[in-house]
Amino acid sequence: MKTKSRLFVALDVLLIIMMILPLAVAIGIKVLITPPSEGINIAGARIIYTFDNMPIQPLVITESQVNSWLIIISIFSLCLYFTHGIKVKADTKRQHALEWIVEKCDGLVGQNMGEYFAAFSPFIASIIALSAFSSLMCLFGLFPPTSDINIVGGWALLVFILITYYKLKCGPWHYIKGFAEPIVILAPMNLISEIATPVSMAFRHYGNVLSGTVISVLVTTGLQGLSNILLGWLPGFLGEFPFLQIGIPAVLSAYFDVFSSCLQAYIFAMLTMMYVSGAFPAEDYFKRKEKKKNKKITTKEKLEVI
Amino acid sequence: MELAIGFILGCCALGAGLAMIAGIGPGIGEGNAVAKACEAIGRQPESKGSVTSTMLMGCAIAETTGIYALVIAILLIFVAPNMFVNILLRVMGA
Repeated sequence: MKTKSRLFVALDVLLIIMMILPLAVAIGIKVLITPPSEGINIAGARIIYTFDNMPIQPLVITESQVNSWLIIISIFSLCLYFTHGIKVKADTKRQHALEWIVEKCDGLVGQNMGEYFAAFSPFIASIIALSAFSSLMCLFGLFPPTSDINIVGGWALLVFILITYYKLKCGPWHYIKGFAEPIVILAPMNLISEIATPVSMAFRHYGNVLSGTVISVLVTTGLQGLSNILLGWLPGFLGEFPFLQIGIPAVLSAYFDVFSSCLQAYIFAMLTMMYVSGAFPAEDYFKRKEKKKNKKITTKEKLEVI
Repeated sequence: MELAIGFILGCCALGAGLAMIAGIGPGIGEGNAVAKACEAIGRQPESKGSVTSTMLMGCAIAETTGIYALVIAILLIFVAPNMFVNILLRVMGA
């Protein structure tokens, strides 16, 4: 077996550092901007910097934005690390893992969206990765960007644009006619349900992640009070020791932070796939295209005959 | 003045509690979904994988109304009191 060159190993190490460094930077920012306070409090994303001289309104840079940029850098380095030194014939563990991931993602997209949307696989994979890693950031005690409605709302808006694009691709007249179904009077309802799609996607993801945070903090605070009542009479260090807070919040965290985060990422991607593929009936589209072509040919033939 | 602020805080807390009544719906719905999934797995154990993934997906979608209620409750507890009291103070001050 050929040994790896020194440059290859150096690049590997550099990429691993690039993966971990954004998390360290995020922790550093968190330490710098969090004011010292007593006890536990629930707060939204903290504002890092405000640009005042903006045309419409001050541009606010919040913790959630910065964290999501950092997680993007981290995932980018992860992808570079995985694809570093790939060959046509897989012979390293890294490449086998990468091929497994890509095959799984291709299979998922092919199963749910059909042949026509096979090119959507990288988009769906990036949505899953970004969402899951953003939510899992709270394992490091950082502010998860997905518990901010603005971030998730942006993703949902992107999906909404995609859906509308594919609906318009079917034909603008077809799109407008879709609102007047089954009868014309229901058009406002259809319009509302059209707008409700991205709103419900954003709220679902954001609400799930936020609820986990809030419930964990409430339970921890409650356990603090309980252990104070039960064991507060012990003298000195023993009285202040948080007996009940060891272990019990970790069980909640395992459900809310790990399981729920991954499930929500999967569901967001799944809904994206379902809505986008539902917006564009590919078979119907091609059938109509074929019909139009045939019509043109027949008219041409008729003209030639005449 | 104190009475008005107390009234606002109390009503916000009451509203948050009432909003969470919506938790009944997803509870019943998800319970139904899981019961049916268990039946399906009992009948066809070989389809366990696909039934489980479909059930999780459906559960998460059924959860949506509960999540809406939760978002409203969280807003009522953490955001609304501050905002309403500020409005009150501005009106009373002017």
